[in-house]
Amino acid sequence: MSKILLHGTEAICEGAIRNGCRAFFGYPITPQNEVPEYMSVKMPEVGGVFVQAESEVAAINMVYGAAGAGTRAMTSSSSPGVSLKQEGISYIACARIPCVIVNVMRAGPGLGGIQPAQGDYFQATKGGGHGDYHLIVLAPSSVQEACDFTYRAFDLADQYRVPVMILADGMIGQLMEPVELPPMRDLSEIPEKDWATSGHYGKERRVLNSLIIKPEELEPHVNALQETYNEIYRNERRALSYRTEDAEIVLTAYGTPARIVKSAVNELRRRGVAAGCIRPITLYPFPDDAFAACAARSCTKAFLSVELSLGQMVEDVRLAVNGKKPVYFYGRTGGNVPDEEEIVRAALDALERAEADQ
Amino acid sequence: MIRILLAGQGGQGVLSAGRFLAESGLHEGKEVSYLPAYGPEMRGGTANCAVIISEEEIASPLCTVPDVLVALNSPSFHKFASRVKSGGIIIVNGSISDSYAGRDDVSVYDIPANDLAIEAGDVRAANMVVLGALVALTHMVEEHSIINCLREKFVGKQNVFASNERAFRLGIAAVAQK
Repeated sequence: MSKILLHGTEAICEGAIRNGCRAFFGYPITPQNEVPEYMSVKMPEVGGVFVQAESEVAAINMVYGAAGAGTRAMTSSSSPGVSLKQEGISYIACARIPCVIVNVMRAGPGLGGIQPAQGDYFQATKGGGHGDYHLIVLAPSSVQEACDFTYRAFDLADQYRVPVMILADGMIGQLMEPVELPPMRDLSEIPEKDWATSGHYGKERRVLNSLIIKPEELEPHVNALQETYNEIYRNERRALSYRTEDAEIVLTAYGTPARIVKSAVNELRRRGVAAGCIRPITLYPFPDDAFAACAARSCTKAFLSVELSLGQMVEDVRLAVNGKKPVYFYGRTGGNVPDEEEIVRAALDALERAEADQ
Repeated sequence: MIRILLAGQGGQGVLSAGRFLAESGLHEGKEVSYLPAYGPEMRGGTANCAVIISEEEIASPLCTVPDVLVALNSPSFHKFASRVKSGGIIIVNGSISDSYAGRDDVSVYDIPANDLAIEAGDVRAANMVVLGALVALTHMVEEHSIINCLREKFVGKQNVFASNERAFRLGIAAVAQK
């Protein structure tokens, strides 16, 4: 199939629609307005539902209802809007309803700015709402991945009955690249949901609920959720390692910054520095195995996490490296994106510090 | 790999020109990326986009040090001229900007894009004039690829297509005269 040129936001929509998403609920916010715009045109074409809700809170609760009835449903927003959705996300996680939530991150905190950032890593991976729960979090780094990961997100959500988040930065949303679209999936191929509140019609009564008032009932429910997260951890950790086998310095980044880091690695190699990088694809579960493998190598002297934040993923990197090697950090905020040369300098600086600290 | 930065004022067609370029590269089977940056305004404000066309996979989509700068107005010319790679090219809209880059290690092409666009029949086609100059100077994509994109974009708007095509060809001719 031939490739077409798409924005990251459009690719997210195509990935969703082609894997059976038939309900979209959203509320406008920059830099993801192209998602609801595209969905408002496409959803009616495929017999789906598009609602521009009165608020982000309403939109996530519409997802709760539609996905609870068994439809593949999605909402999309950007950082401040995703904060508003957190109550609903916690309810959905507790009620074990699969759905997809897209966050095209902009700079925070507060209303912040509209340029790209990655300051919502903690919120996405550590449970942005209340209670013991997790989402599966996928981080695309190209427009093709924006499509493919969103497509995959619906299957993962259904398989584990957990909400899945696509955590993209504002650059992925705006970037245009060639994309090969997956074929449109026939809705009849999607496994039936034997828990969905899709109407009585002589079936047994089904209830989806996030209020479990008796401690002796809530604890086993939370434990069962945890068992699902453990299973997800065992099965779904994904990362791509690049030139790490002989690397002295291992850089890491996710999303678009990972591509700038890859360019920086190539430049460092040109200058004779053995550099490599790890790009986490799943942020939850965090691919700690990829980092542990590098930490165990004697050639590796240091790690450097590069983020559009003041240091969030770096905490998971430190846990994965587990004190075996020093872990350094370089980040920009406010919507600023570091260029290749800045990252090269940060890597050289990290190597120098690692040698001095020894 | 060639990295192009197109910059100007919102409404000048900077982003459209970048998209034509990226679409053309894609049609020729190359790797392309197009990264726009603009403010909240529909018109006015600043707009720019980074277009990369490459035979290999594109890692960073940023264009911090462009090989070519296409500046459609004076503020973007002066803002970005210092960033262009040594030995690179600057195409500047001479109708509304001076062309003094303050450095002699780049080739500056002063193209009176607004005047040529008026000659082509539509002042809004200044973006196509500079695109013509860009393609003539770099050969990064084929002329006919751009023409095909234009035809696709302005299907059913024969007049708009015709003035844009004329503007594109005037841009090519302007370079040939330099």
